[in-house]
Amino acid sequence: MKSHVIVFPGSNCDRDVAVAIKNISGHQPQMVWHKETSIDQSDLIVVPGGFSYGDYLRCGAMASTSPIMQDVVKKAKEGVPVLGICNGFQILIESGLLDGALMRNSSLSFICRDILIKPKNQSSVFTKKTQVAKMPIAHNEGNFFVTSEQLKKIQDNDQIAFQYCDENGNVSEHSNPNGSLENIAGILNENKNVLGMMPHPERAAELAHGCEDGKTIFESILN
Amino acid sequence: MLAKIYITLKKDVLDPQGSVIANSLKSLGFNNIEDVRQGKYIEIKLDSENEESANKQINEMCEKLLANLVIEDYKVEID
Repeated sequence: MKSHVIVFPGSNCDRDVAVAIKNISGHQPQMVWHKETSIDQSDLIVVPGGFSYGDYLRCGAMASTSPIMQDVVKKAKEGVPVLGICNGFQILIESGLLDGALMRNSSLSFICRDILIKPKNQSSVFTKKTQVAKMPIAHNEGNFFVTSEQLKKIQDNDQIAFQYCDENGNVSEHSNPNGSLENIAGILNENKNVLGMMPHPERAAELAHGCEDGKTIFESILN
Repeated sequence: MLAKIYITLKKDVLDPQGSVIANSLKSLGFNNIEDVRQGKYIEIKLDSENEESANKQINEMCEKLLANLVIEDYKVEID
């Protein structure tokens, strides 16, 4: 089991992800600085959360042009599982690996609190072990948007990974924290080997976090 | 040569910041506000042979990095 965590200037969830992966798989992931140009053979590449490049221009826009991202895109196209969390999701969208855009939250506020999500696609390498799960979000730009043609495409191709929901798994306006279209909290690429999600599974991955629901996502990929 | 780039949200994309600005302007007494759209303005100085080649290059920059074409439109003026 070999995994890699990309580190940009401004990443701040990279070590949390590394701890979660180590605890769950027993293997220490390799940290890869954004100026590197290639990644060794990998079973999982994580693009972590944070504020890469201070969110200049648009969140994730600068990081998507970092040298390492060319190889991340190449590996993703070869089928290597790639997980982008929060700012990592924004970077994967800006890199063209995922459809859509992440806009400013509809409330115009930074939101930092626990939310509930449930998988829509229940068979992908990332989502097959998760039921209704609690984990935190912490973002200002997580309001997912796609054009109506793109939405139809991702719906038809079962690319919606997670939706914000309530305790009973109901997807409603009330359970939507940020205005995301169709309550979308995470999406997959066409081949289902790339997942971008706004919630932070690595921050709900051990008892000390107060909740371990996030572990299911790592367990799904790593075991 | 100086390129002036205006980036705005597409018409059918909701602009919550624009709505809040509109409300604030109304509360200041500007009652004839119909709509506010907020965007970005970028200036790029570049060395280019002519306006046409500058325009082509700036459009490429907008499409590759400066604008997110899923949600944004852009307009370029070259001086």
